[in-house]
Amino acid sequence: MTVSSVGVLLAATLLAASLQTVAEEDAPYPAAAMQRSFEAKKQAGMDRLTQDEVQALCTRYTTATLPPAEAERVQKQSLSSVKPPADGQYLGDFKRGEKIAQTGTGLQSSDDPTKPNGGNCYACHQLAASELAYGTLGPSLQHYGKLRGQTPAALEAAWRKLYNSQADVPCSNMPRFGHQKILDEQQLKDLMALLFDPNSPVNQ
Amino acid sequence: MNTRFAARLLYTMLASGTLLLAGAVRADTSTQDAIAEYREMFGDDNPAELWQARGEALWHEARGPQKANLEACDLGLGPGVIAGAYAQLPRWFADTGQVQDLETRLVTCVTSLQGIPRDDFLKVKFGDGEKKSELEALTAYVVAASRGKPLTLPLKHPAEQAAFDLGKAVFRYRAGPHDFACATCHGEPGKRIRLQELPQLNTALGAREAYTHWPAYRISQGELRSMEWRLQDCFRQQRLPQLKFGSEVAIGLTMYLAKTAEGGVLAAPGIKR
Ligand code: HEC
Ligand code: HEC
Repeated sequence: MTVSSVGVLLAATLLAASLQTVAEEDAPYPAAAMQRSFEAKKQAGMDRLTQDEVQALCTRYTTATLPPAEAERVQKQSLSSVKPPADGQYLGDFKRGEKIAQTGTGLQSSDDPTKPNGGNCYACHQLAASELAYGTLGPSLQHYGKLRGQTPAALEAAWRKLYNSQADVPCSNMPRFGHQKILDEQQLKDLMALLFDPNSPVNQ
Repeated sequence: MNTRFAARLLYTMLASGTLLLAGAVRADTSTQDAIAEYREMFGDDNPAELWQARGEALWHEARGPQKANLEACDLGLGPGVIAGAYAQLPRWFADTGQVQDLETRLVTCVTSLQGIPRDDFLKVKFGDGEKKSELEALTAYVVAASRGKPLTLPLKHPAEQAAFDLGKAVFRYRAGPHDFACATCHGEPGKRIRLQELPQLNTALGAREAYTHWPAYRISQGELRSMEWRLQDCFRQQRLPQLKFGSEVAIGLTMYLAKTAEGGVLAAPGIKR
């Protein structure tokens, strides 16, 4: 073996050793590397890289692979965060709801922080039949209220889904709109009307 | 017709919904179809060629305090070899002691051979109508010289494996107000956001489909965009802060995507929405 190849081998071994210590420092991996790789930009601050307990668990597991004990913990914690509407009224204005569902902006570094956030529901769901540009990351919500009726149980279930999707489906891919303060109470009510109002385009 | 103008026209059609209207007949019509139509109309006439030509000129021009060209730049296959180099990136470089993707390696060559300060060269990382990016032009030139070559990433060096492992972990890292990870949008087959099809990037098929066409000419922006641009823009959609150029996470994700796409035949620069 030549001197230079010994050198390379040695360097490689040292590097491998130092990488290992870096990886060990990363608790929980890869949080430390994330901190080193980003910089704050406008409303998107560095604090957004830090995971809460649910995000950390749902990084390791999916809904399908989450161990039962952890699933129960996520559901319980998520359920306790759900605040029902202060006045007990679930339904707002479906026309405003449709606008919120269509709006994709909100909380990106490129968005105007003085404007209300959107729900971007059409990114993932089919809703009104007239809107053909809908995504498929979530199930179709067409005829949502028509199919379920306005029973208290149906209203409560939909409110929970919007407020904290993980209360019923731990590690759901749907954002926790109420819990994470993406949308306020009035916006959630307007979206509930979009889902349930018989005159809403969703139920035509 | 001028290709750039045609691209703008297509985008205007997309944005105004003219093409979406056609979708009323087939509700599953997507931007993919619109881009296929664009290709049919203009064939191989890819506006990225403008960037390639600019990059080629930059490569051979004596510039910077050292008045040198980049012909001695080592992209991993030896000084001056660009044919096939992109098909084996990112990789570990002994002289810098780092795993580098194409963009960070170009920075190394420009600073060391030409003596141009890093910050000067990177002032325009992502170009726009007025300010052109030298980095994007050089990237296009080098990438085009790997067309038809299969991606090959043996990950022999431990640092290459570590970069891959980091990228794999970041791909699933859920964070920010929306709890998004790359996997939220790119973890399942056959999904869309609105009408934009989402490649499943944790499978060979999906990763190949995506990675082999990047960098790409973006019709909606009239610009050639690099993989570093694509990644930082997905992080923006994820509501996270700004991804730093050449950071561990940028290199790690690139390595993860490239390795997952291994065997895929490069067709970049491609054309994207
Ligand atoms: C990033 C993707 C995404 C976005 C954005 C999103 N959802 Fe969802 N949604 C999902 C997924 C995935 C499910 C299925 C898992 C679950 O129930 O949590 C779902 C489920 C639902 C359900 C339950 C459906 C059922 O039959 O039980 C409702 C209601 C719903 N979403 C409403 C909305 C509304 C209203 C918005 C906008 C404010 C929205 N979603 C935004 C992904 C999304
Ligand atoms: C909120 C949704 C979302 C998240 C999260 C997201 N992406 Fe994307 N990604 C998209 C969309 C939408 C496109 C297609 C964009 C277009 O066509 O303009 C895309 C495109 C891409 C492409 C190019 C695919 C192609 O064929 O052109 C790559 C590569 C990519 N994303 C990687 C990532 C990585 C890596 C992450 C995590 C850091 C990520 N994305 C997170 C929505 C997302």
